[in-house]
Amino acid sequence: MLLTATLFAPLVGALLVAFVPADRAQPARWVALAASLATLGLGVVLAARFETGEAGFQLGMAADWVPAFGVSYRVGVDGVSLPLVLLTTVLTPLAIAGSWRMTDRPRSYLGLLLVLETAMLGVFVSLDLFLFYVFWEAVLVPAYFLIGSFGGQRRVYAAVKFFVYTLLGGLLMLVGIIALFWLHQKATGVPTFDYDTLRDFDKAPATQRWLFAAFFAAFAIKTPLWPLHTWLPDAYTEAPTTTTVLLAGVMSKLGVYGFLRFALPLFPDAAHWFQPALLTLAVVGILYCALVATVQRDFKTLVAYSSVSHLGFIVLGIFAFNVQGLQGGVFYMVAHGLVIGGLFFVIGMLEERRGTRRIDEFGGLQQAVPRMAAVMLVITLGSVALPGLIGFVGEFLTLLGAFLENRAAAVLAALGVILGAVYLLWAYQRMWHGPLEREENRALPDLTGREWAILGPLVAAIIVLGLFPRPVLDRVEPSAQRVVEQTQASSP
Amino acid sequence: MHLLAQATAELLPLPQIDWRAIAPELALAAAGVVLLMVVAFWPKAGRGVLAGLTLAGLAVAAGLTAWNWDLSRVAFEGAVSLDGITRYSRMVLLAVGALATLMVTQGDSREGEPDDTPPEVFPLLLFALLGMVLLAAASDLLVVFIALEILSLSLYVMAGSSRRQAAQEAAMKYFLLGAFSSAFLLYGIALCYGATGTTNLLGIARASADPTGDGTLLLAGIGLLAVGFCFKVSAVPFHMWTPDVYQGTPTPVAAFMAAATKVAGFAVFLRVFAGALGGLVVSWRPVIAAVAVLTMLVGAALAVVQTDLKRMLAYSSISHAGYLLVGVAAAATVPAGVSASMFYLLAYAFMVMGAFMVVQYVSRLGPPDDDAIRERSSLDDYRGLARRHPWAAGLLAVFMLALTGIPPLSGFWAKYYVFLAGIEAGLTWLVVVAVVSSVISAFFYLRVLVVAYLQEPVGDAEAAPGRTPVLGLALGLASLLTVAIGLAPEALVSAARTAERILG
Repeated sequence: MLLTATLFAPLVGALLVAFVPADRAQPARWVALAASLATLGLGVVLAARFETGEAGFQLGMAADWVPAFGVSYRVGVDGVSLPLVLLTTVLTPLAIAGSWRMTDRPRSYLGLLLVLETAMLGVFVSLDLFLFYVFWEAVLVPAYFLIGSFGGQRRVYAAVKFFVYTLLGGLLMLVGIIALFWLHQKATGVPTFDYDTLRDFDKAPATQRWLFAAFFAAFAIKTPLWPLHTWLPDAYTEAPTTTTVLLAGVMSKLGVYGFLRFALPLFPDAAHWFQPALLTLAVVGILYCALVATVQRDFKTLVAYSSVSHLGFIVLGIFAFNVQGLQGGVFYMVAHGLVIGGLFFVIGMLEERRGTRRIDEFGGLQQAVPRMAAVMLVITLGSVALPGLIGFVGEFLTLLGAFLENRAAAVLAALGVILGAVYLLWAYQRMWHGPLEREENRALPDLTGREWAILGPLVAAIIVLGLFPRPVLDRVEPSAQRVVEQTQASSP
Repeated sequence: MHLLAQATAELLPLPQIDWRAIAPELALAAAGVVLLMVVAFWPKAGRGVLAGLTLAGLAVAAGLTAWNWDLSRVAFEGAVSLDGITRYSRMVLLAVGALATLMVTQGDSREGEPDDTPPEVFPLLLFALLGMVLLAAASDLLVVFIALEILSLSLYVMAGSSRRQAAQEAAMKYFLLGAFSSAFLLYGIALCYGATGTTNLLGIARASADPTGDGTLLLAGIGLLAVGFCFKVSAVPFHMWTPDVYQGTPTPVAAFMAAATKVAGFAVFLRVFAGALGGLVVSWRPVIAAVAVLTMLVGAALAVVQTDLKRMLAYSSISHAGYLLVGVAAAATVPAGVSASMFYLLAYAFMVMGAFMVVQYVSRLGPPDDDAIRERSSLDDYRGLARRHPWAAGLLAVFMLALTGIPPLSGFWAKYYVFLAGIEAGLTWLVVVAVVSSVISAFFYLRVLVVAYLQEPVGDAEAAPGRTPVLGLALGLASLLTVAIGLAPEALVSAARTAERILG
């Protein structure tokens, strides 16, 4: 019940926002913020009630939805999904606070952000394959309108590209889900989409490969894996910045979460069969997108490419099939969400002040806005995985996991770490250090109270979780261990 | 004299008259005649009166359908059968008829313009529905033909019932091509009769199971039947008339044709192919599957390049016919194919009508236009709709997303169910083609939303559409059904399951 309340609280908030009179922007903002904070509160209670050390699903709820199709409403969290649920509930209020000064149809914008939150939470907590698919596709609609209606110059192109790419993957996954459902029904006579039942049901390795490929289509496009990433720089760059925070911070985790929760345990033999291909794609993605990021002039596009590159590490960790890799992958998801969220927030604040995101328009900002520069430094270092900050833990564990499984992949991916340091620190140097040459940069105001309220929690989390990652890792470990066991191939 | 009567009775056994079985049809026919009289002898009768009488007739027919709900039998010596397909289609058709009545009542015309459609549309609507309801119940090829002619003749006239020249042209085209397809169908019936010695579906089913019969003749007959049906449901390559007719006719008529003709056409398609000819599935499935592929892909691909919303909806209705043909192809071996198709028809009917209602609303925007030649459904008219008419744009979004098949709207479950039936029947490749077609279709459904939501309005603020309470009611009902079926499809899916046993 608690989980269901957490899941639908933002949707209720969106309905309330819709009932605010159209000409009253301020009440709409407060209603949206209150709804997202209430969701965060529920998320915290959820985390407090969570039994650490337990590997299975907890705090669940199950009810019939469409029994004629064997579809049920079944939700629950385990150590893998709980951190992602919390990440979502943390980033949404920050994104709403970040959109506070937006004047273009704020009511619709905030309502859509809340709908997006419910859809994304739904993906993380669904334990019925059909329900999962419904939330998976439901993410598309608010995201499409957020990008297409509120974005930059090429927003329509970016929104349609995003929608069609993701829809294609999703529908192929639907065919896979139906096929799996039907195989199970044929074998046992029971029509069900229940995750546990379908996982424990024996599937021939050849069948698994086809099904894995269908799921792969959806997850690889959403993650995105190289070479299916081309929608992402467009979508991230064109979307309004607070939407990009949610897209990069949370939505990019849906795909990797899908691999971890569905593709691996449902089709373990196929996962092993596809492992070399997946590791290759991940490593190529890490290196390629790092190189592309290096030459970007628009800082937002640079961060978008860095996001793809970093997601490669998460895929690497997950496809290492060991506890270190999986645990690291989950931790990295949280770390990436917080860090990339912070980066995009700062970009948004700079754009609000200067109306541009081009790196060469800035320079020496440290002298004009020293506090902002300090905050940005922490976030950037968190992103390049400086030891003691949050990014290091995830990167270290995923690389360790990959090293135990496949040395070549780990070594090549480690090159990506170096490239990551190169492009991010170089960009930092060009924007924040050096002489303050441009006149218009001199008078920039430093962080306001509202902006501190947004960046403060992120910086605190980046430092605290970097120094004390155990509370998170302890909760992830048993569930990660369970996923590793489920991913054992039946035939060696 | 006495001898002659006796001889006739021996040759043509007079069937037992089963009034109850065709009670809804009788009610529709009676209501149609009453309305025709009212229109003829009371020319001043307002649209409200006519609409009220039409709705009353539909309500009586619906009540009789409910009264017959548990009836399951073959009547008139096997000419009419009451089974799940019959009652499910009756329910959907009467609901569609009621929504169409509301649309006709509001009309296409702008404030200050004369009514676009003459009052005769109301009785014609009832007669067309009579033909459709009878078609869904027909289990004798001759009854199929008669029902098809009743509905076609009514629709020919309805299609041309407008002041606009485009409507006349569309009606002419529809009539000529429709007459062709009727000829094909009749020839097919003749060949089936020649091969099996009967026009009764049960008899044909029995004869087709007999290995000593003349297979070639029967197959030729089946092929011609398929041509006739494919024309009615606008399957490629018999779809040419659809875009012109939908674009040219008044919007309420186009909506009615798009929704109701499909329901009746596919009901008879299922009954004849999945029911009577189920034994010959190996022979006809490849053909139907090929037509399905063509229909899905050609419909979706051509919809992408349209600049007129009514034309685009016509091509989209073609591609939806393709998904339904996947259900038909599956239906002979998998019962879920029948229920999936029936459920699809239900969901599709309401979302496509809803889409046309928004078209009707938008075409009423603007000052009166004397020549009224200009098409009023160009995509340009939808630019920035969301800023000026947020409710209309919101409903448009609901219907477009439902037609795309985005959960949790009704179109999603419909598509899902058909895909499921296809996979069960071993037609996975066909389902993958359907997926590809769905992705293509996302392009043009989204394009409408792009225009309505993401583009700025052009020109001055247009005049309000006037008060449209009736259209508002119809829109409310259609969107409510689209959302409610999406959130809770259980009851209607279970009802569709009862259609799986075809009585012949």
